[in-house]
Amino acid sequence: MDFQATIDADGRIEPRDAMPDGYRKTLIRQIAQHAHSEIIGMQPEGNWISRAPSLRRKAILMAKVQDEAGHGLYLYAAAETLGVDRADLLDLLHSGKQKYSSIFNYPTLTWADIGAIGWLVDGAAIVNQVPLCRCSYGPYARAMVRVCKEESFHQRQGFEILYTLSKGTEAQKAMAQDALNRWWWPSLMMFGPPDAASTHSEQSMAWGIKRHSNDELRQRFVDMTVPQADVLGLRVPDDGLVYEDGHYRFTEPDFTELYDVVKGNGPCNQQRLSHRVKAHQDGAWVREAAAAYAEKQAARKESAA
Amino acid sequence: MIEPLWEVFVRSRRGLSHTHVGSLHAPDATMALRNARDVYTRRQEGVSIWVVRASDITASSPDEKDEFFDPAGDKVYRHPTFYEVPEGVEHL
Repeated sequence: MDFQATIDADGRIEPRDAMPDGYRKTLIRQIAQHAHSEIIGMQPEGNWISRAPSLRRKAILMAKVQDEAGHGLYLYAAAETLGVDRADLLDLLHSGKQKYSSIFNYPTLTWADIGAIGWLVDGAAIVNQVPLCRCSYGPYARAMVRVCKEESFHQRQGFEILYTLSKGTEAQKAMAQDALNRWWWPSLMMFGPPDAASTHSEQSMAWGIKRHSNDELRQRFVDMTVPQADVLGLRVPDDGLVYEDGHYRFTEPDFTELYDVVKGNGPCNQQRLSHRVKAHQDGAWVREAAAAYAEKQAARKESAA
Repeated sequence: MIEPLWEVFVRSRRGLSHTHVGSLHAPDATMALRNARDVYTRRQEGVSIWVVRASDITASSPDEKDEFFDPAGDKVYRHPTFYEVPEGVEHL
């Protein structure tokens, strides 16, 4: 069966199948950007590991940050099935030629931000990623199945942090509200520009890479999240929010901010990238030592044989 | 320095066969196994792991998949449902 027939039958494309160049390029760009987001996303949360308020919270946060590294690996592996090298993708990230999700360019100022990231950012990521489990490219879809299973723990732990704070002192509750105020709009922007302004959407839908439009997913996220905010006793910072015909109507985020952060002008863009590059360089000796050891062992085996 | 690619297979519990779960880079087999444990069995997903160098796998080609799998196409008599069983015959 050829490419288009497979897509039309809602079948899956596998690595060595023939595929249009544009399909391959779109997937490489999207999967790489997704992978970069996972590993850059370790930074805002890693910022709080040493300051988590209890051993339990610390253990959970470490497990979550470790998961993000794992998600990055699944995704880099999926991208490699399309004929690129992970090392080259990392170079593209480090030189700023490939992007990661803009949400990670915002700082984590208080412990409540860790709650808001889990609840809102991972919540938005789940809404984006669940349809990707049915993406037409097999390795990407399979990676997403694993990622989604693990994300649901992330979202719940974030909600639990905020729930605890919202039942605490006035100051703790204010801290939770402040985190929601700061993360709400950037979370809505995670779904990308409005449909009318989205450049890649139409072709991606035709190829079965994308299953729902940006605005559809954004609406789904708002409908899911607003009632959860009520349980937390926190106020969603949108005066335009009204419930109507089974959906929450909401104010459109200011997308000029998104474009500005994508361009590199967010609060933490430089810090995130320079930290990432430094971590990669600082780890070079470990990779070199492991390779040298592997070489030595292989040579010994050779001479013994 | 390019670390070789390894394919990872996990037996999720005793009694089941190993299933391909993904791949990773590692300098040697020992490191590949350790990384596979950390990446693919963080939630007790496995009781046994195989790692195989991706370059050591020989695979059938998707270009020839029609011809390659053709021989099985016209042998429906290999399935029990091919045979008509007279009414009243049991345990067959």
